[in-house]
Amino acid sequence: MADPAYVRDQMLPPQKAPSTEVGTPRWIRENLFSGPLNTFLTVAALYAVYVVVGTIGPWLSRSVWNASTLQECRAIVEATYGAGKTGACFAVINERWQQILFGFYPRDLYWRPTLTLVLMLVALGPVLFTWVPRVFLWFSFAFPAVAFWLLWGGSVWLPITILLGFGVAYVVFRVLTPINGLLGIVAAIVAPILYWLFICGPLEEAIHSLIPLGLHQLYSDDFGGFLLSTVIGVSGIAFSLPIGILLALGRQSDLFIVKTACVAFIEGFRGVPLITLLFVASLLLNYFLPPGTEFDIILRVIIMVTIFSAAYMAEVIRGGLAALPRGQYEAADSLGLDYWQAQRLIVMPQALKISIPGIVGNFIGLFKDTTLVSFISLQDPLQLVSSIRANQEWNGIYWELFMFVGFLFFLFCFSMSRYSMYLEGKLKTDHR
Amino acid sequence: MATAAKMTVTDEVAIQITAMNKWYGTFHVLRDINMTVARGERIVVCGPSGSGKSTLIRCINRLEEHQQGQIIVDGTELTSDLKNIDKVRSEVGMVFQHFNLFPHLTILENLTLAPIWVRKVPKKEAEEVAMHFLTKVKIPEQAAKYPGQLSGGQQQRVAIARSLCMKPRIMLFDEPTSALDPEMIKEVLDTMIELAEDGMTMICVTHEMGFAQAVANRVIFMDQGQIVEQNEPKEFFNNPKSDRTKLFLSQILGH
Ligand SMILES: Nc1ncnc2c1ncn2[C@@H]1O[C@H](COP(=O)(O)OP(=O)(O)OP(=O)(O)O)[C@@H](O)[C@H]1O
Ligand SMILES: [Mg+2]
Repeated sequence: MADPAYVRDQMLPPQKAPSTEVGTPRWIRENLFSGPLNTFLTVAALYAVYVVVGTIGPWLSRSVWNASTLQECRAIVEATYGAGKTGACFAVINERWQQILFGFYPRDLYWRPTLTLVLMLVALGPVLFTWVPRVFLWFSFAFPAVAFWLLWGGSVWLPITILLGFGVAYVVFRVLTPINGLLGIVAAIVAPILYWLFICGPLEEAIHSLIPLGLHQLYSDDFGGFLLSTVIGVSGIAFSLPIGILLALGRQSDLFIVKTACVAFIEGFRGVPLITLLFVASLLLNYFLPPGTEFDIILRVIIMVTIFSAAYMAEVIRGGLAALPRGQYEAADSLGLDYWQAQRLIVMPQALKISIPGIVGNFIGLFKDTTLVSFISLQDPLQLVSSIRANQEWNGIYWELFMFVGFLFFLFCFSMSRYSMYLEGKLKTDHR
Repeated sequence: MATAAKMTVTDEVAIQITAMNKWYGTFHVLRDINMTVARGERIVVCGPSGSGKSTLIRCINRLEEHQQGQIIVDGTELTSDLKNIDKVRSEVGMVFQHFNLFPHLTILENLTLAPIWVRKVPKKEAEEVAMHFLTKVKIPEQAAKYPGQLSGGQQQRVAIARSLCMKPRIMLFDEPTSALDPEMIKEVLDTMIELAEDGMTMICVTHEMGFAQAVANRVIFMDQGQIVEQNEPKEFFNNPKSDRTKLFLSQILGH
């Protein structure tokens, strides 16, 4: 039988793809002009970009960085570019950036918040990146006390004696656990609390009178600007995550009392606007405290922000917990892991991973919400912007200051967002 | 199938279940279960869907709680006492239908987790044991991978190895092959047969009748939460007594 003519007896070598199917032309066609609607959107977007850049561009390009009043700024712009032209007056930032960053913190003590910031980055290292040696976690653990002392000053013995409380807890736990496990845990919680309430203060005073060592004491009224936002935001973030985890676990608990308490806490604080809680912090809390007790306003705000954010966090984490298949719990149980081991080694790593976008979203929200403290007359960056604008020299300026504040907030929030994406990528092990 | 000398059943009692009843809410799911498992015995449990097979073996390591009667595993009675439960669980291995490996940990970490945290074995030693069992289930080269990168059959063998790392005296299998493609079933069954030859006490819920005939000492047939019939495999398959058993066998062997 003769071979049919249409059967190929020699294989063809691969040929070069047509130029419209590769590289940039293909990308442009597929992504920008794939259909009438897409083409229209591309053109409209290009026009919008043109309008925005066309308006802001010249204004930015005529910016002035050195001047001491707004009038001077305007005069410089008109002198350089002709009458009627406007330009950005970034001179205000050049003049006042320290105030926006540090509020009314004494100028000669700026090194203290700056050093705290540097130390904070060091403390974050081992928490954020696994390649940093684990021993640095000890520094991260001690950092809150160090930061508190650096920022507020006062006797160096106060943070040390406070940290000692954890040592007390550890020793008590070590000594009592061999006798009775439960006793060890309870004592490890009760002993440090008793220590902080009754021993810590006198001990600190005693040591301080022997060896007076400390920094110039500052008060919360001296705080402001991004310093204030960062102190509140970072503390809120650091404390609300663990509290949120505990609340989420409590809500899933079989113990009726624990469960009810957690549900009440979460629903209660989630249903109230943050600003209400802040007013409670600033006004009402003083009624409940014994007269004469001075309870720092920033501390009160941190507590309220933490509580508020923890309630949200608990629900985000509950979502992660709910996404875990029951089989994971059963596998952990069948291997003989106890409740806390199963939570720590199996459940939480997976639930937290699932909740990363929600958790970071919460962090970002919390950080931006710190600007609400201006309502209880704390000097947040926006409040400082207002007071700069109320000055005679800078009366009438607004874009430049708000752009600066917005940019700093963006920097902080954007890095959190990028980090969360890095973390998600790193933890992606399910290969689905 | 080689029947090694080790595959002997002893007189020692491994599991003793007496007059056990269990309810899900008002639904009486297990009714008056009485059963004794000797050490070294290999039992296959079968029965129609919903007959309570999974529930029965999950009661043995207290993944489910029974309300009446007595379950004694290795001399420890299962009550609400957490200490006893943990003791039993660390001596009873369980393999699930859907493997339930921990997806965020590597294969090696999956295997060493429980020995390290429950048995307090040093990490290095735990890793040696883990590699030993991975070699036994014939996938030592996968140790550094994550469960999601393995085939179903490989995952199930890892799950078996994970249980074995706790050096259990009893192994429970809940339909270990029914989530697998046919070509992977054999590799898992081979692993289980090897385990049987080593003298492990095993209770397997499975519909693999070939496996039952090859290794089981006894086949238990359940229906509507009760043990309807039990016999040695040959008798059970060739000479079923109850009508329910006959119907069931004709359905699963009929095609
Ligand atoms: N958590 C539960 N709550 C209420 N009912 C349940 C629960 N788990 C199982 N059941 C019911 O109990 C009965 C027995 O379930 P079980 O899973 O033990 O059956 P099975 O014999 O393993 O079935 P299959 O072969 O389908 O796995 C079924 O009717 C099932 O619907
Ligand atoms: Mg089942």
